[in-house]
Amino acid sequence: MIFNAPFISVMILVIFGLYAMVFRRNLIKVVIGLDIVESAVNLFMVSLGYVKNGIAPIYTNSPGGAMVLPTPQALTLTSIVIGVATSAMLLSFCILIYRYYGTLDTRKVRRLRE
Amino acid sequence: MSVWDFIITNAPALAIAVPLLGAFLTPLIYRAGRKTALIWVLSVLSFTEFLALLLVYLVNTYGIQVYVFGGNPSTLVIPPDSRGIPIRIIFTVDGMSAFTALISSTIGLVAGIYSVASEKGRGAQDKFFALLLLLVVGMMGMALTGDIFNFFVFLEINSLSAAALVSYRIHGGKAVEAAFKYAVVSSIGALMILFAIAILYGEYDALNMAMIAERMYQTGFSTMDIIAMALIVVTLAMKCGAVPMHYWVPDGYGEAPGEISAMIMVASQASLYGLFRMCFTVFGLSANTHSLGWFLIILGLLSMFIGVTMAFLQHDIKRLMAYHSVSQTGYMLLGVGVGLATLGTSAFNQYGLFAMEGGIFHILNNMLYKGLLFLTAGAIIYRVGTSDLNKMGGLAHSMKFTAIFYLIGALAIAGIPPFNGFVSKLMIYESVYQLNPFLAVVAAIVSMLTLASFLKVFHSAFMGPKLYNVKEVPKSMLIAMGILSFFIVLFGIFPNIAMTYLVAPAAHALADPVGYITRVLGGGP
Amino acid sequence: MMNPFNPSISTPSGIWNPLVWILVFLLSLLIAYAIYLKGEKQRKKGMQEEIFLSGNKADGNTHIKASNIGWGYLEAMKGYYKLMRDIHTGIINDYVGWFLGVLATMLLIFLFWGGAQ
Repeated sequence: MIFNAPFISVMILVIFGLYAMVFRRNLIKVVIGLDIVESAVNLFMVSLGYVKNGIAPIYTNSPGGAMVLPTPQALTLTSIVIGVATSAMLLSFCILIYRYYGTLDTRKVRRLRE
Repeated sequence: MSVWDFIITNAPALAIAVPLLGAFLTPLIYRAGRKTALIWVLSVLSFTEFLALLLVYLVNTYGIQVYVFGGNPSTLVIPPDSRGIPIRIIFTVDGMSAFTALISSTIGLVAGIYSVASEKGRGAQDKFFALLLLLVVGMMGMALTGDIFNFFVFLEINSLSAAALVSYRIHGGKAVEAAFKYAVVSSIGALMILFAIAILYGEYDALNMAMIAERMYQTGFSTMDIIAMALIVVTLAMKCGAVPMHYWVPDGYGEAPGEISAMIMVASQASLYGLFRMCFTVFGLSANTHSLGWFLIILGLLSMFIGVTMAFLQHDIKRLMAYHSVSQTGYMLLGVGVGLATLGTSAFNQYGLFAMEGGIFHILNNMLYKGLLFLTAGAIIYRVGTSDLNKMGGLAHSMKFTAIFYLIGALAIAGIPPFNGFVSKLMIYESVYQLNPFLAVVAAIVSMLTLASFLKVFHSAFMGPKLYNVKEVPKSMLIAMGILSFFIVLFGIFPNIAMTYLVAPAAHALADPVGYITRVLGGGP
Repeated sequence: MMNPFNPSISTPSGIWNPLVWILVFLLSLLIAYAIYLKGEKQRKKGMQEEIFLSGNKADGNTHIKASNIGWGYLEAMKGYYKLMRDIHTGIINDYVGWFLGVLATMLLIFLFWGGAQ
C-alpha cells in the first residue's frame, strides 16, 4: 500500500461525514453524513485486515499464497447489514416527519426542546 | 442429559436465544389471535426472567460463568489450534453481568404485563411485542457478552429496537422526531464504538475483552489505546444519558409509551453497565483510573444538577421524569466513579468499594422506582389522554391505586426512608463525602430538588378538584405497578437481601479485573 | 451469612437499620398523638377553619397549575434557566455537536494529561 493512503482517506471521510452531521440543516443530509461515517469505519476495518498481494480468504480452490484477514471482513459485513437497517429506519422517520411537519429543516423540526 | 442439566449448562446462551426466537415468532403467533400472542410473549419473558435468576444463582454459587459458542465442551475458551487466541464468541457472566441481566429481564416482564392492557386496541401490536422482546435481547446481550464486537452488535439491536418503539405512537409527528434524534445520536455513537473496536483489534489481534485487557497490560498503554478509550467511554456516557450529551433523553423517554420509557431507561442502564465494564475490566489495569474516575465523577455531578434543575422547569409529566432519570444516572456515575478514582489505593477499601456498592444498588433502585413512576405516568396518560400537567388535576379522587403507587415511587426517588432510594443514597453520601465533601453536598441538594419537583407533580396531577371523570386503570397495569412497588418496599425494609445476593457480588466482580481475565484465559473451574 | 430479620447495613461511619427506623417512627407517631389528645377540645367556629391561599379566601376547590408551582424559585434562578433554555435547542445538529465536543475534550485531556498510569 502507498504509505497510509487508506487510513488517510478514512480520516477525510470521517471528517466529511461529521461535517455534514453538524452543519447541514437537512435531515436527509444528516443521514447521508451518518452513512459516510459508516463507510469510513468499514473502510478502516477492511484496510486493517489487508495483506499485501493477498487473496480472498476462501480455502476452496485457493491458488495458494497470502490471504487477507477474514475477521475484519466478517465484522465489516455485520456492520454493513446494521448500517442498512439504520439508514432504512432513519429515512422512514424522515418520510414521517415530512408528512406531519411539512419540512425537513432541522431548525424547524424541534417541537421538543428545553 | 436431562432438560435441567441442559438449561444449567447453556443458561447464558439461552438467556439470549429464548427472547430472540420469541421475538421473531411473535408476528407469526399473533396470526392466531391477540390472546395467544400475549400468552406466548409473557411466557417467553417469564422464562427469560427465570434464566436471569438462574444466572445470578450460578454466579453466586460457582463464580464467573464462561460460555463458548460452538465450543465442545462449551467451556473450551482457547482451542488447541488457535495459537492461544480465544477465537470464538465467548459469553462471560460475572456478578455485574448477572445483575444487569436480572434488572433487564425484570423490567421486560413488567412492561409486558403492563402492555397487555395499555396497548389494547392499538394497531401493529405484533411488531410492538416483537420489538419489545428484541429490546430485552439487546439489554441481556450487552450484559452477558464478553466479546467486544458482540457488545457493539447488541448495542445496535438495543438502539434500533428502542428507536422504533419510541416512534410507536406517532403523536402528531413528535414521537417520530424524538425517535429520529435518538436513532441518529445512538448510531453515530455506535459507529464511534466500532471505530474503537477496530483500533483495538488492529492493535491486539483479539476481540475478547479479557484478551484485549491482558495484552494491553503486557504491551503498555499506547496513544491508540487512549483514542479508543476516549471513543468508548464518551459514547457509552452519551448512551446512558450523561450531561452534556443528554438531549436525546427527554425527547426519547418523553414521547415513548409509558412502559417503553421504563424499558429504555433500563436499556440506558445497560449502556452504563457497558461503561463500567470497559472502565474497570478492559482499561482498568492499564489506564490511569484516577483521572478516568474523576471524569465520571464530573459527568455525574453535572448530570445530577442540570438534570434535576431542568426537571423542575417541565410541565410535561413524561419529560419531567425523563430529566429525573438523567439526574439519577448522575448518582450512579458519582458512586462508581469514586470507586474507580480510588481503585488500587488504600482508600478503595476504606470507602471506594462502598461507594461502588452504593452506585450499583442505585441502579437496581432506580430501575424499580423510576420504572414505577414511568408506569404511573403512562397510566395517567392512558386515562386522561394528555401528558400536560397544566391540564391535570384531582386524579386521586378516582385513581386511588395509581396515586398510592405514584406516592411510593416519588418518596423512594426522593430518598425518604423506609423506601429503597434512601439506602443507596445514604451509601453514596457517606462514601463520596470522604473523597470530597463537596460531592456529598451537591448530592444532598439534588435530592431535595427531586422531592420538590415530585411534590409539584403530585399536587398538579392528583390533588385539587376533580377535573376528569375517569375510572381506575385496568388490572394488568395495576399488577405491573404493584410488582415494582412491592420490591421497592421490600428492598427498603430489607436492603440486606439485595446487598448480599445482587449488589455486593456485582461490586466485587467489577473491582477485580484480574480475576475476570484469569477466569476467561486461564481456564480453571 | 445473612439474617433476614436483621436488615442492618454498616456504613463507613455508622449503621442503618430500617426496622429500628420504623419502630422509632411509630413511637414518634404515638407521642404526636398523645400531644394531640392533650390539645384544646373545642375548636372555635369562624375564621379559624377557613382556607386561605396567599391571603385570599379560597373556596376549597382551588388548584394551582403546574407551571405556577415554584414560581419564586424559577424567578430567583432566572439567569441560570435562561442559559439552560439557550443550550437546549432541540436541533439534531447541536446534539451531535455536543457529543463530538465532549469527545474532543476527552481526547485532549487524556492525550496531554496522561491516560496511562
